[in-house]
Amino acid sequence: MMNGLYELLGAKPLFLWTDLLIWLLVGVILLSVSYTRRRPHLLEPWRRVARSRMAMGSLVVLLLYVVVGLLDSVHYRPALAPSEVTQEYQGEGQQEIHYAVQARTLLDWLVGDLGQESEKSYSTPFATHLYSRERVEGEEGGVMRDFPRLVHGGAHLERVEERQGDLLQRLTVGGAEGVVLWLLLALLLGKMLTRRQRGRSALQWLSRTLRKVPTRDGETNTVPWSTVLWVTAGASILLMVAIQMGVHYHILGTDKVGQDVFYQAVKSIRTGLVIGTLTTLIMLPFAVFLGIMAGYFRGWIDDAIQYTYTTLSSIPGVLLIAAAILMIQVYIDNNAALFETTEERADLRLLFLCIILGVTSWTGLCRLLRGETLKLREMDYITAAHAFGVSHLRIITRHILPNVMHVVLISVVLDFSGLVLAEAVLSYVGVGVDPTMHSWGNMINGARLEMAREPVVWWTLFASFLFMFVMVLAANLFSDVVREAFDPRVQSRGERS
Amino acid sequence: MLNYILRRILYAFPILVGVNLITFFLFFVVNTPDDMARMQLGMKHVTEEAIDNWKQERGYDRPLFWNEEASAGGEVTETLLFSESLKLFRFDFGVADDGRNIRRDIGQRMGPSLAIAVPTFVIGLMTNITFALLMVFFRATYLELSGVVLTVVLMSISGLFYIIGGQFVVGKLMHLVPISGYESGVDAFRFVVLPVAIGVISGIGSGVRWYRTIFLEEMGKDYVRTARAKGLSEQRVLFHHVLRNAMIPILTGAVVVLPLLFMGSLITESFFGIPGLGSYTIEAINAQDFAIVRAMVFLGAVLYIIGLLLTDLSYTLVDPRVRLS
Repeated sequence: MMNGLYELLGAKPLFLWTDLLIWLLVGVILLSVSYTRRRPHLLEPWRRVARSRMAMGSLVVLLLYVVVGLLDSVHYRPALAPSEVTQEYQGEGQQEIHYAVQARTLLDWLVGDLGQESEKSYSTPFATHLYSRERVEGEEGGVMRDFPRLVHGGAHLERVEERQGDLLQRLTVGGAEGVVLWLLLALLLGKMLTRRQRGRSALQWLSRTLRKVPTRDGETNTVPWSTVLWVTAGASILLMVAIQMGVHYHILGTDKVGQDVFYQAVKSIRTGLVIGTLTTLIMLPFAVFLGIMAGYFRGWIDDAIQYTYTTLSSIPGVLLIAAAILMIQVYIDNNAALFETTEERADLRLLFLCIILGVTSWTGLCRLLRGETLKLREMDYITAAHAFGVSHLRIITRHILPNVMHVVLISVVLDFSGLVLAEAVLSYVGVGVDPTMHSWGNMINGARLEMAREPVVWWTLFASFLFMFVMVLAANLFSDVVREAFDPRVQSRGERS
Repeated sequence: MLNYILRRILYAFPILVGVNLITFFLFFVVNTPDDMARMQLGMKHVTEEAIDNWKQERGYDRPLFWNEEASAGGEVTETLLFSESLKLFRFDFGVADDGRNIRRDIGQRMGPSLAIAVPTFVIGLMTNITFALLMVFFRATYLELSGVVLTVVLMSISGLFYIIGGQFVVGKLMHLVPISGYESGVDAFRFVVLPVAIGVISGIGSGVRWYRTIFLEEMGKDYVRTARAKGLSEQRVLFHHVLRNAMIPILTGAVVVLPLLFMGSLITESFFGIPGLGSYTIEAINAQDFAIVRAMVFLGAVLYIIGLLLTDLSYTLVDPRVRLS
């Protein structure tokens, strides 16, 4: 029956480990959001976050990245068109459908042919011709060396001179579409926010917010919606312009083998997000469990756990990762038959990279949690709980865990950007994600000699720099605000920035 | 004091055994010597004989944990685990795949690594502390705010781009220094300047922020208020009282990494073609030379543990209240 469904869709879903974990993480986050919403004391620090312009602005940017990453986390294998040979061989009616070895994602489906439109070699952003001279046949039949036209970039233009006008037109159309998209989003937001207020329409809300008309309860206590709106405006205009232009041009040029750089950079978003989030998701249970155990029970349990994390942290992180990844690679090479598609193989390596990154980074959090628990267990309310005969498990889950959650949250948020940056370095060293996988690290690694080239090829490096920088910067700004909102020390210092 | 040091060294021993077990597990259990031999000799068409030869050359032809053929205690000692561990603890790293002695290679390559790492560390530390103090001094002004923003921006750029950008601007456009390479002696200066400068700049973002939080923490303490109440100038409070009191957290972070400077930096050395330990490790990783990687993992762990010991000792130097016993 499932096969019939796949046949109807013309595609077969491919469940990758990291996909499943990512969606699990989304579920966990949604659950904890709904849990937090009903508890004012948990909501309070988040309210502080929401009041910050910086946090809300970077949150919008991060959300854009997350949406792209999630779209890119639904893999499927499109059905191959039955070739004539097999049709003849199998006869009509009973042909078996084969699915492509190369998996695609929802994102690929949305951007259409962008990923497939490859040129011969380098071409500059918005170029219509290749970056290097090649032998082309002249109009009179002779052979000369010239810059050949691109197969896809600007191929719809009849004459090259029309390019500027065409780009300008696409810019305006894309910009207009962006404004429309933004209006739709803003009105949707306004509708949601004014749902419970009578007599105020979403349009009114929008105009009041943009003109920064102070609300009744004062400006300081509200979410800076105007910042959110402006950032959204910028993002949606950029998005629509990129779509308008991306259809017919290579916005960020093509790389050595003619692949669209913009497409690669967009596809790399998922890898960055996976490494930044799954690593912490994987390491978190260990760190929390062991840290609290060590601090709470002390004695030999403490000694054993301390010994474990001191041992692990005494090995330089990069070397441990290198050793582990080399070993995994040997395993994968020796058992190549286990994997049906290249994506599955690359995915396993990505998952192991997350695990091993988690192994090297849980020690810090574990140490912090141990110290925090050591402090907490001497508190009066814990002693009282002991006196009432409350079980250890209950004390830990009810009294200790909620009180160390801020440490966990701060370290998770702070770790994110560091992990994204680490991916680039590891891929450069050769122990990062699989070379076939799109990632910023792989892009940099592939382009490392391009700056030394004559003439310089700058766009691959620029693209990876831009995409990575924006994401990491947004994450850093956001995590700063989160840390300040949750850190009790900052609160008691009474400092605000 | 001596007693304490001895005890700490004894504590370090089980940790090294643990490190050794982890590396052994990674390099010999996850993939058996047979797997490695097959990979080194080419995946297919490898005869059993060739594998046996390969293993025998490296002494990998023993059982992993338990030797049933040996007798009288030999069950444990005549195994791969025992012999390989013993070798590591004697710092006998064996030979690399190209037949060179790993220990001698490491000895030769330490020099260039240190030539980059030590200046980067010292200059970086001083720059970071200076900027952090300045930011604290000008706190609650636009100067500080722009400093904070700048550090976040600097922190959000991958270290790779600092190197690529620096090489491009200084080496290719301005032709000030050679882009990569290394020479020993006085000539080394030309090759060292750029990597050191880039190392310092790429560390500023996170470094300044880190020291700034330390200083801010200290600023909130009572002795600062007392010092101000006495009528001391802000400069004196900051550069005299706060700086000295902040030495402990600064030392904790700084001294631990001191021994690790020997290991060099993987990325910097490979970009600049410096024949140090960092590029040695990268070459080994790319050539899948497991003996070298294993040696470097062990060496790194030893140096880290030395770093922890040095940190404890340095406390007694800066803080007379700390007595080790």
